[in-house]
Order: sequence, then structure tokens, then C-alpha cells
Amino acid sequence: MALTLKDLINKQIPLNGGHRMCGGCPVPVIVKQVLMSTDHPKIIGNATGCLEVATTIYPYTAWNHPWIHNAFENVAATVSGIEAAHNALSRIGEVPEHNKDAKFIAFAGDGGTYDIGLQSLSGALERGHNMLYVCYDNEGYMNTGIQRSSATPIGANTTTTPIGSESYGKTQSRKDLLSIVAAHHIPYAASTSPHNWMDAMKKSKKAIETQGPTFLLYFAPCIPGWKIPSDVWKKLSETAVKTCFWPLIEFEDGKWSLTGESKLIAEGKMPKIPVEEFLKSQGRFKHLFTDKNKHVIEIIQKDVDKSWNYYKGLAGY
Amino acid sequence: MGKYIALTGAESAAFAMKQINPDVVAAYPITPQTPVAMKFSEYVANGEVNTEYVTVESEHSAMSATVGAAAAGARAMTATASNGLALMWEIVYIASSMRLPILMAVVNRALSGPINIHGDHSDAMGARDSGWIQIFNENNQEVYDSFIMALRIAEHPDVLTPAMVCQDGFITSHSVENVMPLTNEQVQKFIGKKKFKGLITADKPFTMGPLDLQDYYFEHKKQQHEAMKKVFAVVEEVQNEYAKEFGRKYSVIEEYRTEDADTIIMGLNSVMGNVKTVVDSAREKGIKIGAVKPRFFRPFPVDYLRDLLPKFKAVVVLDRSDSFGAMPPLYSETLAALYGIENAPMIKGYIHGLGGRDTNLAMIETVVDNLQKLKDTGEGNLTFEYLGVRE
Ligand SMILES: Cc1ncc(C[n+]2csc(CCOP(=O)(O)OP(=O)(O)O)c2C)c(N)n1
Repeated sequence: MALTLKDLINKQIPLNGGHRMCGGCPVPVIVKQVLMSTDHPKIIGNATGCLEVATTIYPYTAWNHPWIHNAFENVAATVSGIEAAHNALSRIGEVPEHNKDAKFIAFAGDGGTYDIGLQSLSGALERGHNMLYVCYDNEGYMNTGIQRSSATPIGANTTTTPIGSESYGKTQSRKDLLSIVAAHHIPYAASTSPHNWMDAMKKSKKAIETQGPTFLLYFAPCIPGWKIPSDVWKKLSETAVKTCFWPLIEFEDGKWSLTGESKLIAEGKMPKIPVEEFLKSQGRFKHLFTDKNKHVIEIIQKDVDKSWNYYKGLAGY
Repeated sequence: MGKYIALTGAESAAFAMKQINPDVVAAYPITPQTPVAMKFSEYVANGEVNTEYVTVESEHSAMSATVGAAAAGARAMTATASNGLALMWEIVYIASSMRLPILMAVVNRALSGPINIHGDHSDAMGARDSGWIQIFNENNQEVYDSFIMALRIAEHPDVLTPAMVCQDGFITSHSVENVMPLTNEQVQKFIGKKKFKGLITADKPFTMGPLDLQDYYFEHKKQQHEAMKKVFAVVEEVQNEYAKEFGRKYSVIEEYRTEDADTIIMGLNSVMGNVKTVVDSAREKGIKIGAVKPRFFRPFPVDYLRDLLPKFKAVVVLDRSDSFGAMPPLYSETLAALYGIENAPMIKGYIHGLGGRDTNLAMIETVVDNLQKLKDTGEGNLTFEYLGVRE
């Protein structure tokens, strides 16, 4: 299947409208990009979090795929079990031929992936299940009311790192999950952003078509969590990539590369924008734009540069 | 059938699992369950089963993977003990709420802390409200037979509820006994083809595990309760068939020398072996005593106990777990079951054997003495105390 808009508009939508994700949330878009990137039969596992609670309020469901939610921290293990069942049942002729190349896909937020679900994810990657794990990274526990996670960036105002006379928000940098995942030496891992749908869908397609464990880290701006208007995720995602706050990275057969805008920036064909541009439109960073906290923007810029230079180096620039 | 083989309790569970030939097993080592996982891994390595063995990184993932597998239509099993069951706890409840007929070998071991590797029932009792069927087993043969029967019970369309098959850590799990297994063909014929359907398969969209709020959760929980109410009818049917086919007759509550007994000792799992020995010697002294062994703790055999216990004048209940600040579980539930019965027996409880402390014959002999006092004078009625603990 070619990834053309013409083809895509004729396909069945995997996630129906009428769910209760926030208007303007990019996560349903992410789900569609991933699931519409190939025609494989797909079985979905979903960790507890916004996507799960807002799309399956009993007796309704928005999903046009087999879908299971078990708990918060165990989607990778749950999907491991489904994949194991599929393998065993295939051997005894209980899986029809047309479903034999099914792909098993886990969706989870950053909380369910970087933090509480990291062990389950690591176990599944190491065991080598034929699973694509998609982390939609909105940089916090949004479902429970905007608490920090280990994916929350420095300086963010969250309900567990609130700003105050002695606090400018979160003080630690984001955990480098992509490197942790890559350290399992899985065949394919990538970061992407939904605004660059071609980058995102090409990566989704590869991640599904590659046999074995694969991983996608998806940028996912959050309207209430980041205190942004409901019509900006696309622009803001683009800015995140252009500031190198969120580089588009690929890890394939042990080799790192940059894609999309990130590749152009690394090659000097596109300017790298100061991170301030990314921060300034978000309520969670508003307090940084005061005399008292200005220095934090420098800290963030240094943090971004360090990570960008690291990945640029890995990609051979 | 027809040939005894020497198996430990843990191996008896693994052997039954092998003969069932489950589609998926996901388990994680913990003493004294480990030999179940190790033995089963050997069967996989030698191609004796068709099972996908998922070598998970924790018990939490063991139960999670088992849930995924059963949802996808697999006969799925796991095994654990103690802290492992505690770590699974969250998902143990989810498994039963999804009505997945998973089987779990539980090798009962004391919960930490302090850490202790020996047998008591604090692990299983911690999961008593989890919506699982709980079968308790005195010896290795019973473990084996229960495993085979448990599959039929759990998968029965009226039940569709997971089951744990319990045995005492070390006391039976690591003791070799003669066990007479069925043949593979007999097992396969008895368990039959899976009747439950895999819902999470690529065949069609299906949503499992949705958010269930005030408007439906309550009804769904009640359905679990209704399914549990149907368990004993199925158990009776399965036990009868098992007895008819293979000549081994089990009952929900095993009675030992109760015909003319006026006092009985009641308890779960291996201690009942010692209790029976003491009953025999007390009988020689002319004491009219028997033993009563519930094989099920969940569902709790309320009606059976209400029928049976009023035949006796006095009853002692042995609990191998504590409920700090409350009455121990078997004792308290037995009391509750008897409430309001006019000729209910006098009853006394003992907490024994915590952390694997041996409940030896001498201890049970003192229980017999006190039980006779209870019968004759009412002394100790409606109280419970510790057996074999240092002051
Ligand atoms: C064991 C457990 N701990 C805590 C929770 C509460 N909880 C539910 S969702 C959630 C946060 C989810 O955050 P994330 O994974 O980032 O997804 P998002 O809500 O942002 O979609 C938390 C803390 C839970 N359901 N289970």
C-alpha cells in the first residue's frame, strides 16, 4: 500500500468520532496515523490513561479494532500474552490464514511507559515479541490531572511540581527513553511527531512491517496539560521539532539517523530556532518569562542542545 | 491410569499442566513455586507440550500476559506463591472481572514481612475477595486431581471464572509422594475442547476492559457473584464424572470418620494429614472425633457447612493465616455461616503454622483435649487462640 492521501481517505477509520478525547487533542490523530499506515490485521492493547478512558466508556467504544485494556503499567505484558496466544493457536490451526501476519500494537502515555510501565516494556522488548509499542508522549500524567512524569521537561508547571516562591516547576530533565529502548537492540525504534504526517506514517509502516519488537515515541501536545489553545498542536509540534526540543530520530538495525526537519537542520538546510519559541506559547512555561525565572530558559536551552548534539552525533553529523 | 509415579506436590501441578497442554503459560520463579515453573519449562524444552512459555520479568507481568493470552482465546496458566501473588494482586482482580478461565498453581507461602519462604495461607487469603475460585489440597494426589477438575470448573459456561489450586509450600510442594496420574488421553478426553471463545482476535473488532462507571460497574460485579453461586453445582457434576471415570471421589467438603463423631477438627491443606492421624489415635482412646476438610474456600461452602456442622456438638477450626485485629478467615466465615442455626455446634478457632511452623501431632493432641473440654463444659466457645507460638 502506498502512503498517499488518496488511498488513505478510502480506508476505514480505526477510531470513530464521538469519543471524549479533548477537542483538538492530537492523540486520536496519532492512533489513526499508526493504524492506517498498513493493512495488516491488528490487535490493540491500551494502557490506562486518557486514550483508554476517553474512547471506551462502557457501553460505548470508538474502536474498530480488537482492543483490550488491562491496567496502567502492564500493556506490554498484556500484549505479550496476546501475541503468545496467537503463536500457540496458529500452530494448532486455530488462527485463519488471513490473520496469521497480525501485528500486536500497544498504546500508552508517557506515564505508562517511562515510569510505571518501564519494567513491563523492557521485559517485552527483551523477549522479542512481534509488538509495536507506541508511546504518545504528552509529557505528563494528564488523565489524573497534569502531574509530572519523567518525560516532563525542566521548568514545566505541573500539579506535582507546582510553581511557588521556591519553585520554578520541574527541575529535572526528561528521561531519554529512546536510548533506553534502543539499548534493547530491537530492530526498529523512532521518534516522530504527528504534524509531519508523512514522517509519522512512514515510521509507523516500518514499525509494523518489521518483524519483532518495535517502538514509536510520538510527540503529543496536551491542551489542558500544557495550557494551550485547542487549535495549535500542529504548529506547536512543528516548532518543537524546529527548535530541536523534539528531534525526529530513527534507530534501524543498530544505526541512528535523523529524519524530516531534523535532518535538514543537521545538514544546515533549515535554521535551528531558539527553544524560547516553543516555550512562549504554553501556559505551563508562562512563569519562566519573568525576571525571576529567566535563567531557567537558558537551562532548558542547554538541556535541549545537549540532547540534540548527542543525537546528531549518533546520526553521524 | 494404573501406575503410581513419584512426584513432589510442585511436580504434580506441573504434570497436570503438561497433560492439559495449555496454549500459554507465563510464570516467574519464587520459592516454593519455582519447581512448577522449572518442571514446566522442561516439558516445553523437550517438546512435550504445544505451549508458548512467556518468560516474564515479574509476577505482575505473568498475570498480565496470562490475561492477554486468555482474552485471545488461549488456555492460559500461571503459578506463583507469596510475594508473587501479592505483586500480581491488581491483575488477579482484573482476570476474574474479565471472566477469563485462567488456572493458577498457588504454592502457599507466608507473606513478607519479615521475609519467610515457608508455608502458610496468608498469600491466598489476601486474594480471597479477588473473584477467583480457590481449591485447597492436602496432598500431591489431590493437587493433581484438582488441577484437572479445576479446568473443567473454570471453563464451564455457567462459571467462566479463574481458579487457583493451592497447596502448602514445602510441606507438599517439596515432598515426594506416590501419585497416580491419568493418561494423557484420559485427561484430554475429560477436559474436552475449549468452549470459551477468544474475544481479542484479529477476526473482528471487540472492546475488552473498558471504563465502567457508576451506571454499569455494579451490575458487572454482581454478575461475578452470580457466577460464583453456580460453581458448586458444576463442581458436583465434575467430581461425579471424575469419580465415575477414574474412581477417585472428591467432595466439596471431605469428611473423615465423622459418622458418629460429636467433635470435629476443620482446616485447609496439608495440616489435615496430621489431623487425621491424631483423629485415629484419639478414636483408639474412645473419643468420638472426626475431621472435616473444606476443599473450597471460594466460593465458601456455606450451605454445605450449615448442613454438616450441626451434626456435631463442638468444632475446632484451624487457620493457617491471621487477620490482624479480626477473627482469622476460616474461623470467621464458618461462624458467619452458622449464624442463626438453632442447633449450631460450639466452636473455637486456632491460628497455627504461620511462616511454616510445624503443626505437629502433639499440638493437635492438645487441640483434641481442648475440643473435648469445649464439648463438655463450653470452655473456649466462640474464642480463638494461637497454637504452637512462644509467649
Ligand atoms: C497502578 C495505578 N497507579 C495509578 C493509577 C492512576 N492513573 C491512571 S492514568 C494515570 C496517568 C496516566 O498518564 P500517562 O500514561 O502519561 O497517560 P495520559 O493520562 O497522559 O494519557 C494515573 C497516574 C492507575 N490507574 N493505576
